[in-house]
Amino acid sequence: MKYHSLNGEIHALENVDFTVNKGEFVCIVGPSGCGKSTLLSMIDGLLKPTGGQILIEGQPVCGTSAKVGYMLQKDYLFEWRTILENIYLGLEIRKSLTKKSKVFVMDLLKTYGLFDFKDKYPRQLSGGMRQRAALIRTLAVQPEILLLDEAFSALDYQTRLLVTEDIYGIIKKEHKTALMVTHDIAESISMADRVIVLSQRPAVIKKIYDIQLNCEKRTPISSRNAVEFKLYFNEIWKDLDVHA
Amino acid sequence: MRNWFKTEDVTEEISPEQRAYLTRLKLKKTVIYLIQILILIGFFAIWELLASWKLIDAFLTSQPSRIYHTIMNLYHQGVLFGHIGITCGETVVGFLLGTIFGTMIAAFLWWSDFLAKVCEPYLVILNSLPKIALAPIFIVWIGAGPSAIIAMALAISLIVTILEVLNGFLAVDQDQVKLVQTFGAGKRQTFTKVILPASFPTIINALKINVGLSWVGVIVGEFLVSKAGIGYLIVYGGQVFQLDLVMASVMILAVAAAAMYQAVVYLERFLIKR
Repeated sequence: MKYHSLNGEIHALENVDFTVNKGEFVCIVGPSGCGKSTLLSMIDGLLKPTGGQILIEGQPVCGTSAKVGYMLQKDYLFEWRTILENIYLGLEIRKSLTKKSKVFVMDLLKTYGLFDFKDKYPRQLSGGMRQRAALIRTLAVQPEILLLDEAFSALDYQTRLLVTEDIYGIIKKEHKTALMVTHDIAESISMADRVIVLSQRPAVIKKIYDIQLNCEKRTPISSRNAVEFKLYFNEIWKDLDVHA
Repeated sequence: MRNWFKTEDVTEEISPEQRAYLTRLKLKKTVIYLIQILILIGFFAIWELLASWKLIDAFLTSQPSRIYHTIMNLYHQGVLFGHIGITCGETVVGFLLGTIFGTMIAAFLWWSDFLAKVCEPYLVILNSLPKIALAPIFIVWIGAGPSAIIAMALAISLIVTILEVLNGFLAVDQDQVKLVQTFGAGKRQTFTKVILPASFPTIINALKINVGLSWVGVIVGEFLVSKAGIGYLIVYGGQVFQLDLVMASVMILAVAAAAMYQAVVYLERFLIKR
């Protein structure tokens, strides 16, 4: 992927080739500015790669598709809409706000404890609840693949751990395939089945880790107690080769 | 496990300290309000007294009681509300047109970055041009009447509105735009779902500025061409050296302008506070 500007072109990504299996949770870590977000934007169809191709279920990506849901760094709930109206946003845009989809949204709201808050405005909700509402907004259009772009980075640390736990639970429960971009090594190990480490720009894949942790009932928080956690952390830290 | 999902609420009970704080706050508010009213009454009282003691020449400065009589006279002649109505009508039409057209043109310029770039120097020049200089052109083209006056009000408020609203559109958080694009929104949906609602406060602000500007346009227009309206009364009063009439008209103008501004403020509360 190359970006063009008046000051010349920037090679953001180069030879990044990987596959995500159905139901898998994959994390991409890499130094800041290495093109992680660019990668997600291309998978979502917001950007067209200047070379190479992206296939979803064998079909090349062209433009945004209903199969892919995108979670941004902040919740970006609109202050002028109620929680319910915010959640309807994607359905409205896709012109699929039907009786059936409304029932589906109501079920999601009930399952994930937001039903009583559906008529509130975003500012009346806590950070964790807002993030949950944002996830339901993404799930409302029934994507099969979720792209998470540093989705929790705007939260304070405690909330972040809890929200990670929460969102991870929902993604697993809904059997979604997830691809998350983060620069938080611990977060990536705690959530992912596989971690892909990218290099500095122009980014190439440095290494891919299959994360196998010995712990009962794996959740992001319990993962952090596994013995292997630290080993993975040190390995990835070395790969990233950060110079302060 | 999920008790951390709780919205913040304020405790119901009011402690004595809180009560004392609230009382202090209320007292301060009352004092400010009282002083404001006292200044107003004091100003008119001193004006009235100075004039009746002949310390100032009421022929030049007029005085509150004479202003009152002038207004009552206009009222008894049955022309008071006619004049007020004409001027307010012209202002309302001028500022509504300014806001509507301004917002529409800003929307077109937002739509096409190319068009916006092409228009930029013209907008800058038109913005810095004193629009009052255009008055004679309007009078020749449109004729000496209310239409020319409205055109004047429109000319003064339009360009400012375009620039103000366009800046509002462009200042909308790009990530909010990205959000709707991830759902597949095109340009049209991006505008209706994000850009326009997110710019509502900016548009209301433009409305507030426009009220003031439209008054300027209308009064200047009336100075030049009209046979009725508050601006006409001011000019006429000046020409026949009737300062009572001039002062009375200025008073009416101040009240009318303030009332219209307040109306916009209420509109803002109604639209935004939902």
